[in-house]
Amino acid sequence: MTSNLQINALENEAIYIMREVAAQFEKPVLLFSGGKDSITLVRLAQKAFFPAKIPFPLMHIDTGHNFPETIEFRDRLVEELGLELIVRKVQDTIDQGKVQEETGRYSSRNTLQTTTLLDAIEEFKFDACIGGARRDEEKARAKERIFSVRDDFGQWDEKNQRPELFDMLNGQIHLGQNVRVFPISNWTELDVWTYIEKENLEIPSIYFAHKRQIFMRDGLIWSHSDYVFQDEEEEVEERMVRFRTVGDMSCTAAVDSYATTISEVVAEIRDSSISERGARIDDKRSEAAMEKRKQQGYF
Amino acid sequence: MEVLKIATAGSVDDGKSTLIGRLLYDTKSLTTDKLEAIEKSSKQKGYDYLDFSLATDGLVAEREQGITIDVAHIYFSTATRSYIIADTPGHVEYTRNMVTGASTSQAAIILIDARHGVIEQTYRHFFINNLLRIKDVIVAINKMDLVDFSEERYNEIKADFQQLVAKSDYEDQNITFIPVSALTGDNVVNTSEIMNWYKGKTLLEHLEELDTQNVYNKGVMRFPVQNVIRPKTAEYHDFRGYAGKVYGDNINVGDEVIVLPSQTKTKIKEIYFNNKKYTSAARRSSITVTLENDVNVSRGDMIVKTNELPKVEKQFNATISWMDNKPLLNGSKYVLQHGVHKVLAKVATINHKIETDFSGVINEVNSLNMNDIASVSFQLNKPIYFDAFKNNRTNGSFILIDTQTNNTAGVGFIN
Repeated sequence: MTSNLQINALENEAIYIMREVAAQFEKPVLLFSGGKDSITLVRLAQKAFFPAKIPFPLMHIDTGHNFPETIEFRDRLVEELGLELIVRKVQDTIDQGKVQEETGRYSSRNTLQTTTLLDAIEEFKFDACIGGARRDEEKARAKERIFSVRDDFGQWDEKNQRPELFDMLNGQIHLGQNVRVFPISNWTELDVWTYIEKENLEIPSIYFAHKRQIFMRDGLIWSHSDYVFQDEEEEVEERMVRFRTVGDMSCTAAVDSYATTISEVVAEIRDSSISERGARIDDKRSEAAMEKRKQQGYF
Repeated sequence: MEVLKIATAGSVDDGKSTLIGRLLYDTKSLTTDKLEAIEKSSKQKGYDYLDFSLATDGLVAEREQGITIDVAHIYFSTATRSYIIADTPGHVEYTRNMVTGASTSQAAIILIDARHGVIEQTYRHFFINNLLRIKDVIVAINKMDLVDFSEERYNEIKADFQQLVAKSDYEDQNITFIPVSALTGDNVVNTSEIMNWYKGKTLLEHLEELDTQNVYNKGVMRFPVQNVIRPKTAEYHDFRGYAGKVYGDNINVGDEVIVLPSQTKTKIKEIYFNNKKYTSAARRSSITVTLENDVNVSRGDMIVKTNELPKVEKQFNATISWMDNKPLLNGSKYVLQHGVHKVLAKVATINHKIETDFSGVINEVNSLNMNDIASVSFQLNKPIYFDAFKNNRTNGSFILIDTQTNNTAGVGFIN
C-alpha cells in the first residue's frame, strides 16, 4: 500500500450514484440484459460496496428472443459472483393475454418488454431500477436525468423533470412511484469499451466477430433466426459480423467486422462512422421512437 | 481520459445548437447515420443548409417549436480529452435549466449574436455563471458572417461586455472573447481566414488547453459519508468502512480527523478503492475509509481534518435560485439536502430579491417565483457542516425539496 489512487472521473461518478441508490431506496434492482452496459454496471456495483456484496438483486426481462450466447453468459456471471437473479418473461405476459405478439415484417418483442417490466416492478415493489442507458445513445436519452422519476404507470414526464444540481440526487418519491437510475449516463460507447478493456471484463461472444447466417434488409444486417420474420426473397448468406448492442434478436442488426479481441473492438469503434444505435431497428421507426417508448415506461 | 464539462448559454436564435453541431461536425464526431438524419430533416423543413440544431434538440416539442426547452447533454472527444456539453436554453423562463447545467460544468460558453451585441439576456447568462463561480467563461461572438466579419463590431461588443465584467465580484474568473461563425465554421474548430485580424485561439483550441484539474478551486478536505460498509463475512468480520466521495483536497492514511456531528477525534486507518488499499486519494474519488478508533458514524456525517473545521450551524444566509411552480413563501418549510445530508429547513426571512441584470436588489419581498434569485435566511432543525459556496462549491450548496410533491424546488449557495 504505497500508491496514490489515480482517478477516472466517470467511474467515480458512477460509484457515487450506486451508493446513493443503496442509501436512498428500500428495494433497488439492477436491470441486467447481459449486454456490455449492464456488465459494466455490475462491475461498478462491486466496486461501490467492496468488501460487502452488491446489496441488490439483478433482474432480466427476457423477451425469449435473446441471443443464446447472452443467456449462457448471464447465468455464468451470476453464479461466479454469487448474485441473486430474477428473470421475468415476456412470453408469460403474452400468455396472460396482457399484450399481443406483433406480426409482420418488422415484428419484435422489444416494445412488449415494457409491460413485463412494469408488472415485475409492481410484483417486487421495486422503488429504484438501475439501468445502463447512456445519454449519448439517442437524443431523447440525452435529456434523461440520473434519477428519473416514473409515476404509478411507469411513465416518464419529460417536460416536468427534477433539476439535478451538483452531485445532489433527490430520490424522494411517493408510494407507487419508482425511480430509474442511470449511473453511466455520461459515458460514451467508447468509454464503456475502454473500461471493459481496462478492467478485463468478460463479455458475451456475440460482441466479437464471428461467422453468422444473415440476410440484408434496408441496408442493415439481420440475423437469420426463427425469431426474425423473413421474406422468401431475402436470401441468407454467411458473413463475418459482430454486434454493437445486445437487444432482442428481432431488433438488433449486426455490423461487418473482423474484430476478435477487445482492443480490436476499441480500435474499430474509434474509427466508426455509424453510431451505436444506427444498428437498432427499433429506433428507426420514427424520429420520436425512443421518446414515445420512454413515456410509456420503457427502460 | 480527462473529461471537461461545458455549459452553453445563449438567447433564442443565437445559434447555440448550430455552434454545437459545428463542433461535432468539424471534430468528425457526427456519425454517418446521424448526419443522414440531419440532412433528411433539413430537407423536409425546406432548408438549403444543414440544420445542426436537429442533432441536439431531442424532444418532439423542441423540434416542433425549433427551440431547446431542457438541458441536453452532448458528447464528443478529441485526442486530448472527452467533452460533455450541457446545452441549456436561453429563455428568461428557463433560468432554472441554466443554473442546473452550470452546476455540473467546469467551463461555460456564452453566445452573443454579433448583430444584436450585448443584450439583457447576456447580462443574465453572465450573472448565472458568476453566481455559480464558473472559473472559465468563453464569450463566443457568433454570426460574424452577418456583420461582414468586422473587427470594429467585435471590439464594440467586447467593450460592452467588459463593462459587465467590471460589475462582477469574482476576480479570479477568466474571460476569453472569440469571434466565430457557427454557420460557416470560422474560428470554431478551424482558424478563420477571413478574420485574420483575430490572433487568438479558435474555440476548440481554447477548450483543449483548459486545465481540467484547476477548474475547481482547491479547498480543504471534506468527506461526507454516503454509506456504512459492513460485510459481516468470515474474511471481513469486523470490517467497518465508510463510503463516500472526497471533496476539496486529498485524503491520506494517517490524517488526524474529526467526525461531525459527534466531534470524535480519530485517524484515517485505511483507504480502499475496490479491493486495493492506497495511502492517498485525490479529491473527487469515490473511496471507502476505515478509522483507527471504533467510532459511531452514519450516513450524512462528515469527516474533516482536525484543524480545518467547517461551520457547524443551524442558521445561515444563502442565495437561492427558485425552480418550482409553487412559490417559496416566508415561513414555509422544506427538506434541505446538503450533499448527502438531509435536515428540515424553515424560511426565516426573504431578505431581498436580486436582479439578474446586475441592476441591484428589490426589498420587501414575501414570495419567490420560478426563476427568481434571492437572498434568504434559513433556520434548521439540526445543524449542517458547511463552507461558504465561494470556498467550496460542493460543501457550500444545497437543494430544497418540497415536502408534499418531493420536487427539487430550489438550489442554494451559502454566503
